Amino acid sequence: MYKVKVYVTLKESVLDPQGSAVKNSLHSLSYNEVEDVRIGKYMELTVRDTENLDQRIQEICEKLLANTVIEDYTYEIEEGVAQ
Amino acid sequence: MKFAVIVFPGSNCDVDMYHAIKDELGEEAVYVRYDEQNLANYDAILLPGGFSYGDYLRSGAIARFAPIMPEVIKAAEAGKPVLGVCNGFQILLEAGLLPGAMKRNKNLKFMCRPVTLRVQNNETMFTSAYENGEEITVPIAHGEGNYYCDEETLAQLKKDNRIAFSYADNPNGSVEDIAGIVNEEGNVLGMMPHPERAVDELLGSADGLKLFKSILRNWRESNVTHA
Repeated sequence: MYKVKVYVTLKESVLDPQGSAVKNSLHSLSYNEVEDVRIGKYMELTVRDTENLDQRIQEICEKLLANTVIEDYTYEIEEGVAQ
Repeated sequence: MKFAVIVFPGSNCDVDMYHAIKDELGEEAVYVRYDEQNLANYDAILLPGGFSYGDYLRSGAIARFAPIMPEVIKAAEAGKPVLGVCNGFQILLEAGLLPGAMKRNKNLKFMCRPVTLRVQNNETMFTSAYENGEEITVPIAHGEGNYYCDEETLAQLKKDNRIAFSYADNPNGSVEDIAGIVNEEGNVLGMMPHPERAVDELLGSADGLKLFKSILRNWRESNVTHA
C-alpha cells in the first residue's frame, strides 16, 4: 500500500481571494513579515499496489482532483503504509 | 419544443427551471435524472443551479462525471441548445464545454440579490429577443461566480463576440465583468445569474423570459416547416 499526499493550489498567476483575506488578517495581527498567503487543498489517498502508479496518480490529479485551468498540483508517494 | 431539465443530486433550481418552461414559456419540460443515459428525445438541455454532489472538491467537479454527462456533451456536439445556469455553468466549465473556471467571489461572500446585466451579443440563439446593450434585471445567487480565464482565452472570447451577458456593476470579480459566455458554435450558454428566477413580474422581473423565448423562436425557425 502507498500513501499519496496531493497538494492543490491556485496557479501563481491567479489571484487568490481567500489567501488575500488571510494575509490581511495576519497583517492586522502585526505579522507584517508575511508577504503572501496561498490557500490550497491537501488530500491523502491510500492506494493499493498498481502498475504505473505515478502515471495513474497524475491522471487522477488532472481528471478530478485539480482543475488545471486555475490550479497546480504536486504529490508525494510514500511506500509501505500498514493496512 | 421539449426541454430536458437535468436533475443532479443537490440541484435546487430544477423546479424554477421547469416552471419557467412549462408555465411561463408554455412548452414541454421533463425532469431527467443524472443517472439516465439518453437525451435523444429532447430539443434543448437545461442544467439548473444548486449544489450538485454538495459541490465537494470544486463546484461542478463531480457532477461533470455523472452518467448523463456524455449525453449532454453529445447534445452539445449535435448543435442542440444547452443552457447551464449557476451550478449548471460551473458543470459546463468543468466538462470543458465552455472555457475558463470559477473562483470564490472576490469578497468571499455568498451573494443573493438582483443585479443589472448588459446584453453584449444579441446574435445568439439565447439572446436574439433582446436588444444589443439592453440592460436587464436578473438575480444572482452564488459564492463561486468569479469567472476566470487566461488572457489568451479572454482575447478569443472578445474577438469571437462570445460574451453574451456582462455585469453592469461587477459583483464577484469576474474578468471583463463576464456574466455569461457561449461556446464557439454558439449553442452552449453558461451564465451565473438566474434567468429562470426572473420570468414573471411577481418575482420582481420578467427579463429572463426573453432568453427562453429566444431559444424557442430560434428552434421554431430552424425546425418548423410552414405548409
